[in-house]
Amino acid sequence: MSEQRALSRRRLLASVAALPILAATADGRSISGHLPWSPFAGEPPKPVSPLGWYFFTPGEIAAVEAIVNRLIPADSLSPGGKDCGCAVYIDRQLAGDFGQAQRLYNKGPFMPGLATQGYQGDLTPAGRYRLGLRALNDYTMATYKRGFAQLAPAQQDAVLAGMDGGKIALKLKPGFSTKEFFEMMLQNTMEGFFADPLYGGNRNMASWKMIGFPGARYDYRDHIDKHNVPYPRPPVSIYSAEG
Amino acid sequence: MAKLLPKRDAVIIGLGWTGSILAQQLTDAGLNVVAIERGPWRDTATDFNIAYMQDELRYAIRKELFLKPSVEAMTMRNTRSQTAMPMRDYGSFLPGDGVGGAGVHWNGHTWRFWSSDFSIHSHLAQRYGAAKMKGLMLQDWGVTWNEIEPSFDKFEYLCGISGKAGNLKGQIVPGGNPFESARSRDYPTPPMKMSYAPTLFAQKVREQGFHPFPTPSANLSTAYVNPLGVRMGQCTYCGFCERFACGNYSKASAQTTILPVLMKKPNFELRTECEVLKVNLSPDGRHAKSVTYIDAKGVEYEQPGDIVVICAYALMNVRMMLLSKIGTQYDPVTGQGTVGRNYCYQTGSGARMFFEGKHFNPFIGAGTLGQTMDDFNGDAFDHGPLDFVGGGGINCIVTNGRPISNRPTAPGSPRWGQGWKKATVEGYNSSMGFSAQGSSYPVRENYLDLDPTYTDRHGRPLLRVTFDFPDNDIRMSHFMSDQLEKIAKPFGAKITTVSRIKKGWDAVPYQSTHNTGGAVMGSDPRTSAVNKYLQSWDVPNVFVVGASAFAHNAGMNPTGTVGALAFWAAEAITTKYIKSPGALVPA
Repeated sequence: MSEQRALSRRRLLASVAALPILAATADGRSISGHLPWSPFAGEPPKPVSPLGWYFFTPGEIAAVEAIVNRLIPADSLSPGGKDCGCAVYIDRQLAGDFGQAQRLYNKGPFMPGLATQGYQGDLTPAGRYRLGLRALNDYTMATYKRGFAQLAPAQQDAVLAGMDGGKIALKLKPGFSTKEFFEMMLQNTMEGFFADPLYGGNRNMASWKMIGFPGARYDYRDHIDKHNVPYPRPPVSIYSAEG
Repeated sequence: MAKLLPKRDAVIIGLGWTGSILAQQLTDAGLNVVAIERGPWRDTATDFNIAYMQDELRYAIRKELFLKPSVEAMTMRNTRSQTAMPMRDYGSFLPGDGVGGAGVHWNGHTWRFWSSDFSIHSHLAQRYGAAKMKGLMLQDWGVTWNEIEPSFDKFEYLCGISGKAGNLKGQIVPGGNPFESARSRDYPTPPMKMSYAPTLFAQKVREQGFHPFPTPSANLSTAYVNPLGVRMGQCTYCGFCERFACGNYSKASAQTTILPVLMKKPNFELRTECEVLKVNLSPDGRHAKSVTYIDAKGVEYEQPGDIVVICAYALMNVRMMLLSKIGTQYDPVTGQGTVGRNYCYQTGSGARMFFEGKHFNPFIGAGTLGQTMDDFNGDAFDHGPLDFVGGGGINCIVTNGRPISNRPTAPGSPRWGQGWKKATVEGYNSSMGFSAQGSSYPVRENYLDLDPTYTDRHGRPLLRVTFDFPDNDIRMSHFMSDQLEKIAKPFGAKITTVSRIKKGWDAVPYQSTHNTGGAVMGSDPRTSAVNKYLQSWDVPNVFVVGASAFAHNAGMNPTGTVGALAFWAAEAITTKYIKSPGALVPA
């Protein structure tokens, strides 16, 4: 994406240079006398490849697949989180800008804050997953002598409920609580389940079909007046009508 | 050493809504104008592509179009006794970034603050006595309704706002908002079509004797050509509006209303990806000589100008003043100083109703698709027997059914697992909500200053926000929650939930990007940073335009009033200031 952006900037500069500019300007991003436009300036999203793993280690993959399958279990309403691609989605997110906290304020000093001040730790999301999954494995090994993925579904649910409800404290680090780790996994799993399939989750638009969300459609003028009438068309995603 | 550039008549900091309006009006008056914008160039055809704008993860969750905290963060705390910490990610509010600013991804609710807002102190003192405002720093704005009304009209016609007048030159018009102040003419376009939820809301509250009306919308009900000759398209109710840019030319923004004309003018130049570091003053601090900015390559430039117009986001306007030492920092202990004073926010609560046998299609939406009732807003109702002042608009707006963030479940439902799934399927299409957008009134302890510890990427101090919901506003908001409960009863829902605000403003969950004040307008230089024309009392060739000028925040979205103030300030510059540069109001 950044390459394409750089290219479009070069094109933009070339087009600016060809036009009369009123005053001598200091920098190449000056725009005057016209509405700038250049072909291919947009940045369409890049669909992730479904193959392989970019961030998680084999042990982490098994745990995360098991976790997303308990947060979103398979039933008559939809396939489970794993088959919907939620683990792949989280893997790709952690390998990218999100995992590295690219857009966040990352300057110190790092000090404990109030609940109203939000996360104040120095770990990136990728770092939080790495630490959290290791601590989760330590916990289940110590308690059940097995990794999370090897536990029975009822045991897995009990561990997740304990993390959610503050009854289990994993060995993490100050400024990063077990509850925060759980909330992060829950949020990211739901993102994977409900986001456009191009990000690796929501395979076959399973979640959209489940709730009746038509996806990336952009014109409902034919239905706005039809009150209390279900929308008749199936969902579409950005790249495909089939998801 | 910064490279010195040729002088311009006017330098505008930031090319969002206010910067674009100022640039358009000042260039029309023949001034040679340069705008310096920190973020990138953005336009509909290239950056707001209709083929992939419907991407909730990219734009709403990862917030691609918003200001990144890595570029500029802020610190926050609830009280002075706490240590402010940086908002490492923006949550409670989401400032904009780049050309068009927050006007790119706003929802489009376009209100006019009322006559009784502009003269709030006089109005409340006359009706209830000044003691009613005890503990609040409410003050008149220095501009009157009759002065500012034509500027509201200009902004509405620039945008093509879709709505229905309720008070035409003093005549109450059925179907409009009977509580609005008198307007000189109707909205430029008719109201949007209504989906099921707002239609039901209007019917149910009308039966209860209230006065619902279509929320004035910058998502247009029909195609429109504005006075500049710029053409806009009809909204398609796609439900990707707030947090997104419109790919359909249907939502008013600088891009869809001004830039196609402004950018072609020979006496206008825009520099993007250039961040203004400060405004440079003369040695006596009474005159702005230039601004210093840094470009994307890290090179510094000095751009001289006869007039400097600060048109960044409200909070950034205040920070720019403080970094440049324009005016004096407000001190909450002594009450002295004006910059940072009267910081206000918004005080919200909401109701959600879960039905059996109703189907709402929540994804058919638009930023401003809905109905409002103002029966409990501002001073539309008698506060005599009540222990607060202020109120809120009650809005039933269907902005989106985007499922990562908007999938309501009945109270008590599990948050994951099989039970969660069932509750999600049940709640998604069969629930609707409405909410109260409450006013926020100034108190001594809510203010803005520079943080003593945390700095931005250039080493400049971050802005520090000290804020909690004042007791008056908590009482007001609880009253509003009570009204929501009463109003919801006749809907006959299976389950109704109503939220109630509590002390301890939380910077994490999204609440509202309606941050106001800090550089407020007024008629007294001891209690306002800018005069009624948004001109700095201290440095008369500096104008500071935006919601930073609001002396309080009403129970309405701010953009309509921000747009009006931009036209108002531009008119003062072009008709008064350039003829006779200097203070337009004697200090």
